[in-house]
Amino acid sequence: MTNHWIDIKNSDCILICGSNAAENHPISFKYVTEARKKGATLISVDPRFTRTSAKADIFAQIRSGTDIAFLGGMIKYILDNRLYNKAYVAAYTNAPFIVGKDFSFKKGLFSGYDKTTRKYDKKTWAFELDEKGVPKMDRSLKHPRCVFQLLKKHYSRYTPDKVSRITGIAVKDLKRIYKAYGATGAPGKAGTIMYAMGWTQHTVGTQNIRTMAIIQLLLGNMGVSGGGVNALRGESNVQGSTDHCLLWHIWPGYLKTPRASNGSLDAYNKKYTPKSNDPLSANWWRNYPKYSVSLLKSFFGEAATAANDFGYNWLPKVDDGVPYSWLDLFDAMYKGQIKGFFAWGQNPACSGSNAGKVRQALKNLDWLVNVNLFDNETGSFWKGPGMDPAQIKTEVFMLPACVSVEKEGSITNSGRWMQWRYQGPKPMGNSRPDGDIIMDLFQRIRALYQDGGAFPEPIRNLKWDYLTDGKYDPHKVAKEINGYFLKDVTVKGKAFKKGTLVPSFTYLQADGSTSSGNWLYCNSYTEKGNMAARRSKRDAVNGIGLFPKFAWCWPVNRRIIYNRASVDLKGEPWDKNHWVIRWTGSKWIGDVPDGGWPPLGSLEKPDPKSKWAFIMRKHGHAQIFGPGRAEGPFPEHYEPLECPVEKNLMNPQRVNPVAAIFEGRADTFATCDPRYPYVGTTYRVSEHWQTGLMTRTQPWLLELQPQVFVEMSEELAKLKGIKNGERVLAKSARGSLECTAIVTKRIKPLNIAGTVVHEVGFPYHYGWRWPESGKEDSANLLTPSAGDANTRIPETKAFMVNIVKI
Amino acid sequence: MSKSFFVDTTVCTACRGCQVACKQWHDLPAETTQNRGSYQNPEDLSFDTYKLVRMKEREIGGKLQWLFFPEQCRHCLEPPCRDTAGQPEAIYTDSATGAVLYTANTRGLNVKEIIEACPYNIPRASQDGTLAKCDMCVDRVKNGLQPACVKTCPTGAMNFGDREAMLAMAKKRLKEVQAKYPKASLLDPEDVRVVYLTAFDPALYHEFAVASGYASGITRQVALRKMAAPLTRWIRALG
Repeated sequence: MTNHWIDIKNSDCILICGSNAAENHPISFKYVTEARKKGATLISVDPRFTRTSAKADIFAQIRSGTDIAFLGGMIKYILDNRLYNKAYVAAYTNAPFIVGKDFSFKKGLFSGYDKTTRKYDKKTWAFELDEKGVPKMDRSLKHPRCVFQLLKKHYSRYTPDKVSRITGIAVKDLKRIYKAYGATGAPGKAGTIMYAMGWTQHTVGTQNIRTMAIIQLLLGNMGVSGGGVNALRGESNVQGSTDHCLLWHIWPGYLKTPRASNGSLDAYNKKYTPKSNDPLSANWWRNYPKYSVSLLKSFFGEAATAANDFGYNWLPKVDDGVPYSWLDLFDAMYKGQIKGFFAWGQNPACSGSNAGKVRQALKNLDWLVNVNLFDNETGSFWKGPGMDPAQIKTEVFMLPACVSVEKEGSITNSGRWMQWRYQGPKPMGNSRPDGDIIMDLFQRIRALYQDGGAFPEPIRNLKWDYLTDGKYDPHKVAKEINGYFLKDVTVKGKAFKKGTLVPSFTYLQADGSTSSGNWLYCNSYTEKGNMAARRSKRDAVNGIGLFPKFAWCWPVNRRIIYNRASVDLKGEPWDKNHWVIRWTGSKWIGDVPDGGWPPLGSLEKPDPKSKWAFIMRKHGHAQIFGPGRAEGPFPEHYEPLECPVEKNLMNPQRVNPVAAIFEGRADTFATCDPRYPYVGTTYRVSEHWQTGLMTRTQPWLLELQPQVFVEMSEELAKLKGIKNGERVLAKSARGSLECTAIVTKRIKPLNIAGTVVHEVGFPYHYGWRWPESGKEDSANLLTPSAGDANTRIPETKAFMVNIVKI
Repeated sequence: MSKSFFVDTTVCTACRGCQVACKQWHDLPAETTQNRGSYQNPEDLSFDTYKLVRMKEREIGGKLQWLFFPEQCRHCLEPPCRDTAGQPEAIYTDSATGAVLYTANTRGLNVKEIIEACPYNIPRASQDGTLAKCDMCVDRVKNGLQPACVKTCPTGAMNFGDREAMLAMAKKRLKEVQAKYPKASLLDPEDVRVVYLTAFDPALYHEFAVASGYASGITRQVALRKMAAPLTRWIRALG
């Protein structure tokens, strides 16, 4: 979230699309309800009418996988009807930037596409630079090659009629939604988006979010209270685990995982430190080496010296151009290339897309360590449906972990709030906190390397001094994440003693004199104490629900990021009632500003002491034109890999030309195949969580939702002769699933370009291990292992199935 | 000070936290259920289920509505079940809160009569004839806590407090809701301690949402029971 949960109450229009907040983030509805009571409009766009839709002022049923068409139509509506905040767009976004002459978009492809590698050469997507190397701009937004004009041209094709034919949403409903949401472009009004996996789990997932980001920028909704682009995270601490590098391609704090070609620390830092020649661009990532060196110092301590590149070459590098995402790892495991696997706090046999392939892959392992609260379908895969235990050689170890409330530590919520939690009950039986398990594992591995071994340096030199009385100490780790001064130093005129905690990341250094396990969290645990443990209920001066001394939020306790865009050039808030920051003439008040520089003053003669608003971007402007993404600088509608239409009505490319597609025996796909005529999607329900390991085992919750089901329209049920509540079989090109039919008015057949298209949906929470009948299994047996081109997240939200009577 | 609930169904999202919280606080066992083609489960109230969110799909004025009704005992001001039983050691009204409470002594009562007496069709019997239903979490309330269902509600659909405050809240909210839903109403607010606000005709939510369907014949039966009560007690005392 760029904003945070409480801030939803300040919104004038809430779009819930790609998520089902009432069911899957029930507490968020406290704030949605508060906003609605104050008159906010709630819009729900979903493949089915959900408990969220039940509370919405406007509902529209959309065909899964067509969100870019829906949102692209909104961009066109906003532009055609001049609903955008022109002053905001001209000052804070890259709409005025001039794009090079060779950029083009033809027949669904941007310039630079290579058919054989299925990749783009992004050279022609670059901005034109002036003699100083600063992007050329036309703040009047009239230059024919400025981003604003290119945007207009790109989305001119997204007419209501065409969007309706793709999405299945009636033209009148589209216009009603566009009008209601577009109205938040008026200065002082704010619209927000609440999205989740319904937008990300597509072959165009990243571009779904990009399209919404463009809308939010056009309407001036970024940085303001009640606005933002808000991802509702699916676990209490998934934001924290992402910040601390859960994913393969990043290091803590969104630093880059080094590639094989980044041969030295210097080369690595040079490669990933952006350079701007614009004195008004803060270009915050210019500080990259301070953060990377401080991270290495936190890994290796005294052993990391300038002479040995602070241990840079002790860390693994990924091969250039080779992805190591979830889908890729399980593909490699399926091919027998991975022999050992720690399944830590996860249940891939149910959560992995194309779960049948995942279960087969597990057979190829020599060993599998299952660290979890309970046994699950992953640990017991060898005795699951269709498995012959006598033929499976994988040795499985179960390490019981204790539950979150049985240990001390922090979680970081969707709103980036790091919240400290104390230990409740003591761990049950021989279960242990994850930290203890990791520390124990590490110490035993290190002992094995004391007398040699291949490449022992990283293991021997790892600092990891996190034990207190022989036990993992979460405070020591939290302090390490914040970082220490490692010498007596004077920074910015202030003297700091060796061994004291660094007050904020502005004091981190690239010379090895500081450490920080995650620069974004530097400021969270300082000499003033554990900021995340704060519990003050006093609001800030602006009274918009920031509660700045309740817990702590990254970066530097800034509750709404990009907040320099919440004010005009003079530093006056667009919204006088729900203002975020305000310039008093000498300083900013309200939220922690995105940098303390004074306001710009004017675009013609900006204050040289000021900076452009979007300080994390190289050129200081938010990107309506995003030249870094894999499939192009503007989002374009492509159909899901499996779809019910022969042709993409928007362009001749049916699917994302750079989508991640796997082509093994287990990876079959079926488009416009009469054997699989219905669109399928997956989702969650309130009553279960994730793969259901913590909820399927809980009788009170199983009572509420006892069985896996498929929701379908009354029309489809009639067509197939299916009765409400009877068991049916769902089939895709990859697998089948027995489930209970819920025949409902909440799904209607869609009119897609004159053809009737039926959509059905499945909750993904089940697995054969519980309930004890063994008959309820994972909906991921149906889903494909195809992925987004940037993140490689699987496309579990749009695929093709059939439903048959048993 | 007597207590009441205000249940604002217009903001209920049927997350069913209340349903689970009720089971947890009362340590009630889960029922073995099946998906019957609906999210609503269990199908009905039971001896082990005091709180049930009823869910109905309705087309109203050409628009689909999914109506949620978190049902529970209304804790009537003049409870027909109590009057029908006529045995304070089995069913009585707690003077401090107004909660209508059932004890283990309900086992000796005529189950059918008590259930039929309830205009909201609430009480349910175990196999041995003991009756059970919502008890207002009177143990929590007397210790300064909110009922479990209210404590867990994220949206403010479930509210609890002094009766006057709840009625004032209900009336204020009714006015707000009526601006958008002219047919919105409070259900039997003068007669019960669990006051529901619905946006549409209450019959669309649940057959027994209001007491209007309640047959008048019962009243006579209750009257007779009341008259007979001292006699019954006298006979029992002898026996």
